[in-house]
Amino acid sequence: MSESTTQQKPKRALFSSNTRQKLLAFASLIGLMVFFSLASPSFMQTDNIVGILQATAVNGVLAIACTFVIITSGIDLSVGTLMTFCSVMAGVFLTYWGLPFYVGVLAAIFFGALSGFISGTLIAKLKIPPFIATLGMMLVLKGLALVISGTKPIYFNDTPEFTSISQESLIGYLLPDLPIPNAVLILFVMAVGASLILNKTVLGNYTFALGSNEEAVRLSGVNVDRWKIVIYTFAGAICGIAGLLIASRLNSAQPSLGQGYELDAIAAVVIGGTSLSGGTGTILGTIIGAFIISVLTNGLRIMSVAQEWQTVVTGAIIILAVFADNMRKSK
Amino acid sequence: MTPIVTIRHLNKTFPGVRALNDAQFELFPGEVHALMGENGAGKSTLMKVLAGVYQKDSGEILVNGQAVEINDPREAQALGIGIIHQELNLMSHLSVAQNIFIGREPRTRSGLFIDVPRMWRDTQEVLDRLHLTLDPRTLVGDLTVAKQQMVEIAKALSHAESRVLIMDEPTAALNNAEIDELFRIIGQLKSHGVGIVYISHKMDELKRISDRVTVMRDGQYIATVPTAETSMETIISMMVGRTLLDTGGPQVPAEQSEVVLEVRNLNRGKVIKDVNFVVRKGEILGFAGLMGAGRTEVARAVFGADKVDSGDIRVRGEKVSIRHPADAVRLGIGYLSEDRKRYGLATGMDVSSNVVLASMKRFLWSQFVLKRQAIRATCAQFVKQLEIKTPSLDQKVALLSGGNQQKIVIAKWLVRDCEILFFDEPTRGIDVGAKSEIYKLLNALAQQGRAIVMISSELPEILRMSHRILVMCEGRITGEVSAAEATQERIMQLATRRETAKSN
Repeated sequence: MSESTTQQKPKRALFSSNTRQKLLAFASLIGLMVFFSLASPSFMQTDNIVGILQATAVNGVLAIACTFVIITSGIDLSVGTLMTFCSVMAGVFLTYWGLPFYVGVLAAIFFGALSGFISGTLIAKLKIPPFIATLGMMLVLKGLALVISGTKPIYFNDTPEFTSISQESLIGYLLPDLPIPNAVLILFVMAVGASLILNKTVLGNYTFALGSNEEAVRLSGVNVDRWKIVIYTFAGAICGIAGLLIASRLNSAQPSLGQGYELDAIAAVVIGGTSLSGGTGTILGTIIGAFIISVLTNGLRIMSVAQEWQTVVTGAIIILAVFADNMRKSK
Repeated sequence: MTPIVTIRHLNKTFPGVRALNDAQFELFPGEVHALMGENGAGKSTLMKVLAGVYQKDSGEILVNGQAVEINDPREAQALGIGIIHQELNLMSHLSVAQNIFIGREPRTRSGLFIDVPRMWRDTQEVLDRLHLTLDPRTLVGDLTVAKQQMVEIAKALSHAESRVLIMDEPTAALNNAEIDELFRIIGQLKSHGVGIVYISHKMDELKRISDRVTVMRDGQYIATVPTAETSMETIISMMVGRTLLDTGGPQVPAEQSEVVLEVRNLNRGKVIKDVNFVVRKGEILGFAGLMGAGRTEVARAVFGADKVDSGDIRVRGEKVSIRHPADAVRLGIGYLSEDRKRYGLATGMDVSSNVVLASMKRFLWSQFVLKRQAIRATCAQFVKQLEIKTPSLDQKVALLSGGNQQKIVIAKWLVRDCEILFFDEPTRGIDVGAKSEIYKLLNALAQQGRAIVMISSELPEILRMSHRILVMCEGRITGEVSAAEATQERIMQLATRRETAKSN
């Protein structure tokens, strides 16, 4: 997966990240899986694995969005409620207005991008710190989702193809033994795409550059404000896709959902080794981080650990992951 | 010959400050033109206007005889004007190639992706042209400061038609060998007809490489003179607008006075190897050596900022254990970091808060509430005593000049009543006028009976100030020289005495 391994020569290849950081996260994931499969025979069953994959999709996509923002040394607290807002807008277009399926899909992505554009503008042009700007947007979007939907779920009964976004299995259609839901396929396609964008394009280059030394980028003659807005807009559009995934899975837009998702997404990014101070990070790490969270949740549930304790363990794991990363860096 | 750059009647005002007042400047192809002046004289501002970082209020800029408007760094680059800023402006998480081509990455045919192989090739070309041995793929954060400086130069010169290169204090963090390397590159650029603007406070460097010197003071143009025909004294007096009093050499303390600090067998990994020394009351002990010789590390270790592997420290004859800076401060040891802004000052806070920062306890009612009156009275006293130039005690420290910031750090440790003071590069980034005031202050502190350890990479400073000089190389003390027998040659010889050449 990594393009770094072919370049043996000096320290690291140009666009690659620190391979060891990914190895550490990956080893923890494998460790957890081994532990749970020893602890409970039902863990490794296909149904359960598919369940884990399915449960990771939404958080994984949100975490991809957060990875971009966090590498710029920013933060986006609005991803969770933005996801909900986008699913409500899809509901408005499809169920309220009866527009065709693809219009609803485009609408969700459009409103995601629009919200990201607004956050980016607040941050770049009005110089509002990302934490505050996106905290504000988080509440605004939560409120708007409730207002627009009249606080009631919007069901997609008129557009049967909508549920297939998430629930049907294209892979299972081709390979009947692998009933991997489309949501997971979408997550992986997006991860590969995001990884390419992050590592091979100018957008990704500026994402790292802004997080590494924003002033230096400005003095190099780059329009820093514009690129910041582009990055937040891009992240917003990804949240729109997450909105489609969750709405499709629930066959409804649930306006009261969403808050709290941003923290899971940020946790996945951080466990994946992306530094909150910016400049470094990988999509692969983020995806591994997202899987660590869902494996943990799933495994603890299978072992019949109480819900309350699951939360405690997840929190401890996040702290441990960042601590391990710090230890590694200080060496 | 037409000048490549002509600047005339340039004015620039920042809120509350007239930074440039009818400034002028002229640069010919193949010329190294030094720009001199005290801090705040407007050198950097003038060059930032030329490089498009700031916009001028009025005045004109001509490039090759053509009037131009430079609105942002990109337009300056298009005109062939590159600048290396005083602080390194690199992205440490990115590779050399990414840093050099930031903002104009070569794309693949589709325009979607960055053409990475081509970027490497182009970078290699730029590096080869400058005879720099660097790998385009290395992360900048893994390079030494000197190599990073080279990356900055390569970046500034990588534009197709670089005709002007502005260097703002490029040698501040370089050692002698690295400075030689830099000067070699400058000579090479010169022979290719690049005009170079060189801003520096180091007089000896200007003599070595510049053709002409333009002096600025208080935002105004003072004069342009040929370097070879002008004495240092003349240049300095033009800069400060007065003749400086030479404080003379160090006053040797009358007797071998009491030892206040004794360090024995100090070791820390590879950076401090078996270091032994004593500091006496009323003396200035100079620590000479090249960058990275371990001097700062010794100071930090004694101060308790870093953990040591072994070593005994005695303060006034008593064996002490210093595990944290708090222990050191309690014993009356103060450390003035080489990086004032990062480690010495809370730059966002005002003068009085900074002055009492290390001695808060003395200024509290019931261990909790600030004694405002007492704080202000003490600060006012030190501001007066050290001649700190500040509009008020409520001035933000970030807005003061480097020399005055340094005096505030000194005041902080004096309020704390420290008897042993470590000064790490006390005059770095400070202009000549303020330098001599800091020297006067150091002498005065020594005469009051305080023990002073001064770490400095500037040999003239070491020779002028120290009563005794210790020289370090690669973590070891390679020799001790008394003020009377010290010469630059002797110190350099000790500073480069590596382990293998060790005799005894």
